[in-house]
Amino acid sequence: MLNRLTAALNFQTQALNLRSERQRMLASNIANADTPGYQARDMNFAQALREATGNSAKGGSVAGAMAATQVGHLSPAAGARSESQKLYATAAQTNLDSNTVDMDRERANFADNAVKYEATLRFINSTVRTTLEAMKSPNAS
Amino acid sequence: MSMFQIFNVAGSAVSAQSQRLNVVASNLANADTVAGPDGQAYKARQVVFQTALMGAGNDIGNAGVRVSTISEDQTAGRKVHDPKHPQADAEGYVTYSNVNTVEEMVNMISASRSYQNNIEVMSTAKNLLLKTLQLGQS
Repeated sequence: MLNRLTAALNFQTQALNLRSERQRMLASNIANADTPGYQARDMNFAQALREATGNSAKGGSVAGAMAATQVGHLSPAAGARSESQKLYATAAQTNLDSNTVDMDRERANFADNAVKYEATLRFINSTVRTTLEAMKSPNAS
Repeated sequence: MSMFQIFNVAGSAVSAQSQRLNVVASNLANADTVAGPDGQAYKARQVVFQTALMGAGNDIGNAGVRVSTISEDQTAGRKVHDPKHPQADAEGYVTYSNVNTVEEMVNMISASRSYQNNIEVMSTAKNLLLKTLQLGQS
């Protein structure tokens, strides 16, 4: 019964997890803006979210976590996950030190991701509020 | 919680950039020196950045920065003919440091912009984490 109440939150939780992971990835890009040879990384958010929510049906809770579905499968090490949703960003302008961080793009993505992270937080907040409202007794007010 | 690692990543970048600013400052300060600590003309220094993976395992989404080496510019210093100078050589030339002031100024502006960018990354991450802490309370 209780997990039906919280099941509605699962999707947003996965989205929040991925948003924070992408935020970290973009922070790494901004930190390495002056490092020679650094290749900027980004994730395909839609694909990552699809993978994450598909996994959660089978009981995996971490985005991109490896599942052991057969007896012979090796059990993955803690924190191991698939790299399929992590991509290399291509440089808009070539650089002599082969660094592919485009600061304008990274800053824009960072701001965009921060806003969407907050949006996800609000979705979760409003779901919690709606659930609490539904649990109140009709005679209470 | 992966957001907390943003502070490590951006913090390492801030410290690397401040080291770069430090090197620029000593280069600019020594732009007109004749003799360095070893008696030779001062050589301009440059920091070399390197990606430092900070998470458990080889998580590439968690890449900080560290200064791997500080290299010295080996080009010949500026020579000025001044036979009365106490540091003048046999032909009357004085060797000044090989610091290029314009290059150092550009380097300084670039370092301070990167520093600001990383500070902003940290404050955004802090705001998001504070809002996450208030989840379900409003």
